[in-house]
Formats: sequence, C-alpha cells, structure tokens
Amino acid sequence: MTSIEPEPRQLLGPLLEGDEQATARLHARLAATAAAEGILDVAYRVLDTPVGSLLLAATARGLVRVAYPRQGHEAALVQLAQTVSPRILAAPERLDAVALQLEEYFSRRRTVFDVPVDLRLASGFRRQVLAHLPHIPYGATESYAQVAAAAGSGRAVRAAGTACAVNPVPIVVPCHRVVRSDGSYGGYAGGPEAKRALLALEAAA
Amino acid sequence: MRPFEQIVAEYGPMVLRVCRAVLGPDEAEDAWSETFLAALKAYPELSGDANVEAWLVTIAHRKAIDATRSAARRPLAAGSLPERPARTGRPEDWDGDLWAALAALPAKQRAAVAYHYLAGLPYAQIAQITGGSTDAARRAAADGIKTLRIAYPARAEEEEGASR
Repeated sequence: MTSIEPEPRQLLGPLLEGDEQATARLHARLAATAAAEGILDVAYRVLDTPVGSLLLAATARGLVRVAYPRQGHEAALVQLAQTVSPRILAAPERLDAVALQLEEYFSRRRTVFDVPVDLRLASGFRRQVLAHLPHIPYGATESYAQVAAAAGSGRAVRAAGTACAVNPVPIVVPCHRVVRSDGSYGGYAGGPEAKRALLALEAAA
Repeated sequence: MRPFEQIVAEYGPMVLRVCRAVLGPDEAEDAWSETFLAALKAYPELSGDANVEAWLVTIAHRKAIDATRSAARRPLAAGSLPERPARTGRPEDWDGDLWAALAALPAKQRAAVAYHYLAGLPYAQIAQITGGSTDAARRAAADGIKTLRIAYPARAEEEEGASR
C-alpha cells in the first residue's frame, strides 16, 4: 500500500466511509448472477446446530463438504479452493435444502437425507465405504469390520476407519454410525462428543 | 489460491469506492457487479503472485470505460449530475457535492485520484492501467486534488472547524 497523505484523504472523506449495506447487497447480487451464469463452482454457508456450527458447501452436482468447527471452516474452504475450484462464494441458496433437512434431523423429524451429494473429494475404496454408509439405518450401528466387508474388502478394516475419519460430508453420509467391534465409539471428525450426541439423538427417536 | 470469497471481502469495499469516485453513485454498483463477475470468471487463471488490487482496478477501469460509453449513448442520462446533496446520513447517499466536484474533473484526473488515493496504487501501476507515463499519472492526480480542493472546500473547512 502506498501511504496516503492526510489532506487528500480528508477531501475524499465521504467516499472512505464504510458501507456495509451496499457491500452486502452487492455480494448477494454477485452470488446470484454467478450461480445463474454457471460460474459459481462452490457455494457455502454456515449452519448452527446442536453439534456446533457446520460449514456446508455444494458444487452444482451436490453437497461436497460438511466441516465441523474443530476441522476449521477456513481450512475446509482453502482445501476446496485447491481441490475443486477457487470460484467460491458465500451463497446460502444452494444449501437451503440440506440446511432444512439438517434442522429436521436435529429436531428428530427426519431419519434419511434426501439431497444430491458430490463425493468427488473421496476416491477408490474410501468412496466405496462412503457409498455404503447411507445403508446403515438411522439409529443402528455397524462395526468398522462390517463396513469394510460391505465395501468389498473385509480385510481393509483400518482403511474403512480412515475412510470414515476423512468423510468429506459427515452427518449426511452417516459415518457416525460406525463404531468399534467392542461397542466403543471410536474416532470421529467432529470429535467424540459430537459422535456421542448424534448416536444419542438417533437412539432417543 | 485463496477462495474468491476472501477477495470479495478484502477488496470489495475498495472497488466500490473507486467505482463511486469514477462513475458516481448511480452507475457505481453496476460497475462493481460487472467487475467482480468478470474477476470471478478469470480468477482461476490469475497467477499466484499477481497484485490483486491492481488486477481488480484494471478490470474496474475497463468496466468504467464501457459504462461511460453506454451512458454517452443515452442522451438524457448523459451529464445529468445529482441535484444538490441529500445528506441523509446513510453512507450510500454519499456526498453529492463531492461527486459533482469529481464529475467535473477530466476523466484521467478522476481516475488517477481514485486509483491512487482510494485504491492505494502507486503511480507507475496507474500509468499501466490508464496509459501514459508515471509522471503524467502523478501530475493528473495532483491536478485533480488541486481542483477538488477549490471546488469542494466544504469538508476540509468542517474538519478544521471541528478541531478548533
């Protein structure tokens, strides 16, 4: 930045005042136009839930990322910029359906998510694991060994655990329903408290 | 590469100031929208070490030229300056006197003032955007400020009065 002499700055004073209303209005207009023109590659919003504020991000194909606070919303956006596209804007409309369904889920009015999911952040065996997870019914659990077998490789128990740990769309793709063979919870991207809260929520229904 | 959202958050207010200074309150928001839409389109190809401010001001400069040309094709709108200022206290109704004074400047001076004092660009960068030499850009900004000081003394006097 060039240092700005005080006097001309004073002269232009009225222009230097912040204008948050105009900035917000213009941002919303940009997001809407970009989406309409097909150049909004990733839209996102933040949703407050009982397990913390969740970052929700979607491509044109569907929900691509759900990130817990402990994973870092900024870090998740930077990763999306690197792996999907840097054309990213806060644009809540594309996330309306998933946000509504999550609210219904947390108020026990929904047991199955019905939104398009874009699994491009997972590949190979991890993707097969994620494809199986929605088949574990609401309120039920499976062991990592069962999930590995269902995904086509019964011996890849550790890999199944990793696939769950790096699930890019937790809750909607229910990796929280996968627990250790001894019944203990095992790890979770959102932290053990979040996993316990989700399983308790589903058990109480 | 940073998410484009960060670019809008960091530079959006600066580009709005520049558009307002160069085009006035009526045309500024359309120019801002077109600037950021074009920037979003081109963003994936922007090199990692690019000067983002200069890149955005370059796009805004082109959009401002387009807007001025299309305004010239609308005879009724051309040259219609705002009436006396309506100081409602809302920032979006920014000072009509200042815009009237800016609008009276030659386009090169108005651009040099905006790009240097509102966008913070060095004169060498401004010369690349507007054409001409670095010295010419510096002179244009200085001449512009000199004229503004005469045409728009109200603000400075108010500030002096307040500090007395």
